[in-house]
Amino acid sequence: MTALSIVDLVYRWPRQQAACLDIPRFEIAAGEHVFLHGPSGGGKSTLLGLLGGVAVPERGSIALLGGDITRLAGHARDRFRADHIGFIFQQFNLLPWLSALDNVLLPCTFSTRRRQRAGDAHAAATRLLTHLDLAPASWHKPAAELSVGQQQRVAAARALIGRPEILIADEPTSALDAPRQQIFIDLLLAEATAAGAALLFVSHDERLAAHFSRKIALADINRAAAVEP
Amino acid sequence: MRAVLILAVKSAWARRLTLSVTLCAIALASALLFAVERVRHDARQSFTQAVSGVDLVVGARSGGVQLMLHAVFHSGSATHNIRWESFEAIATHPAVDWAVPLVLGDSHRGFPVLGTPPDYFRHFQYSDQRPLAFAAGQAFADIFETVLGSAVAAELKLDVGDRIALTHGMAEAGPGHDDKPFTVVGVLAPTGTPVDRGVHVSLESISAIHLDWAGGAPLPGLAIPAEFVRKFDLQPKEITALLIGLKNRADVFRLQRHINSYRGEPLMAVMPGVALDELWQTLGMVEQTLLAMSALVVVIGLAGLLATMLAGLNERRRELAILRALGASPRDLFLMLTAEGLLITTLGVAFGLGLLAVGTFFFAPLLQAHFGIILQWRLFAPNEWLLLAAILATGLVASLIPGARAWRMSLADGLTPRN
Repeated sequence: MTALSIVDLVYRWPRQQAACLDIPRFEIAAGEHVFLHGPSGGGKSTLLGLLGGVAVPERGSIALLGGDITRLAGHARDRFRADHIGFIFQQFNLLPWLSALDNVLLPCTFSTRRRQRAGDAHAAATRLLTHLDLAPASWHKPAAELSVGQQQRVAAARALIGRPEILIADEPTSALDAPRQQIFIDLLLAEATAAGAALLFVSHDERLAAHFSRKIALADINRAAAVEP
Repeated sequence: MRAVLILAVKSAWARRLTLSVTLCAIALASALLFAVERVRHDARQSFTQAVSGVDLVVGARSGGVQLMLHAVFHSGSATHNIRWESFEAIATHPAVDWAVPLVLGDSHRGFPVLGTPPDYFRHFQYSDQRPLAFAAGQAFADIFETVLGSAVAAELKLDVGDRIALTHGMAEAGPGHDDKPFTVVGVLAPTGTPVDRGVHVSLESISAIHLDWAGGAPLPGLAIPAEFVRKFDLQPKEITALLIGLKNRADVFRLQRHINSYRGEPLMAVMPGVALDELWQTLGMVEQTLLAMSALVVVIGLAGLLATMLAGLNERRRELAILRALGASPRDLFLMLTAEGLLITTLGVAFGLGLLAVGTFFFAPLLQAHFGIILQWRLFAPNEWLLLAAILATGLVASLIPGARAWRMSLADGLTPRN
């Protein structure tokens, strides 16, 4: 089964002539780790919005786990995202007023499926935080008091809890210094493997691609000329 | 949905400093609005209930409202008195069932002294034709005996058998009548009317304590000891006002005309209900203006809430995008923001009502003492429910605006907010 399958996707920003994305075909197998790189403003964020179901393409299909999410109603896409996709962003991933642990537990409050798959959600959260090397002393600190590196690890734990089938990371290391970047990626890959999740890692920095099974440039799959949104 | 509401509360708690300022503004504003409404309502209530079964109130010619305020609520002062002969002439009119003269002017520690015959306790009615009742003791039968209203007894911790001294005039530290103390012989049951604050003595007692007085001051060199006062004629020369009950209420206009055109001296008779209507008409504009201004203050408070929330929304754009990525729908975010606004409004109003309760506790005795307005201890009158609903509805409308904005923002931003 494929985790993700895009066919004939076209997306245009409102009131713009040229298409921003025109992707004839792009697939990620279940459990596969894919590194997607492209320059800033190249339509990466737009693609992630489409995959997350917060935007819909002009035409074409986006099949996630076998189902075409473009045919779903808005609330069903929101539901699907909550149930099956874990997101990690560049920075400011966390709700600053919640503790690290509560941030990790958030997906379980939004998705019954994730809560059920997590088993004992609290135990799952502490296990993930331990795996991702966050000392118990910081579990109950408000997220705003954590260092950027700690925040990114909490964000990873939050994306992983309840074992979603798809992980999408958008420049998750750009706020970290070089030595920590690789450590974070290794942790993320290990956890994704352990969870059996497909990982789409998006970055402009090709040097990070070393440990991925597949590396793709957005320009290679996107026929549309890159347009600043 | 429950998760979203819990998050809304947690998020609001994180911004508690900013929000509490807004909350205080709403609390003060709604306390003000409720206070104005409550004083307005209770003022009418106390005034309407203060006297019942009295067909005419008679006094020297002044204004109807002024006469009522003085004779029944013991506030203000009378311009002139009524001569005893005039009283006798009116009291013996064939239409008159009973006539009770009142003499005002003295006080005991700020409570007005009412000189009146013992008949007063039989004829005076309040609220819905309820007669006065004694909680302890009985009516005075002799000079230097007094019957206290319930509030006087309670506040000054007096009981039957205690002795008090009266003061000349209404000032608490006015010249005293200490030489002629009074014995408490009765305490009235609470009525919720100005009667509760009255110190009742006989007409003869009033004359007795003023025997050695002239022009509002003790006569120098003349002191008549209490035991000698009975040697004097103690029938008063003048009274302040007169309450009249008729044999047949249909005669009221006839008697009123008769008194208003009384030849002996310029008098006036007013029907309590008519005088009160006159009072409401005078106060109506003031009431409406006050109410409208307080309503405006509430609107300003809620506008503050709107401003705070809209200003905060830009900083929370990232937060909304994160929630969106976690599976929150635009509808959830709309709900979250609206719930926050409504929560602040509700808490604000709740605190406002708390303030009102505390304020009532501290200011009710003052209002009662100075204006004869009795603030009721009660939860809510029907019109207050209406006010409450109006405030919450306005709060809801104000909260819908940031809610709608969060909805639009989350649709435009998707997962990556553009700051």
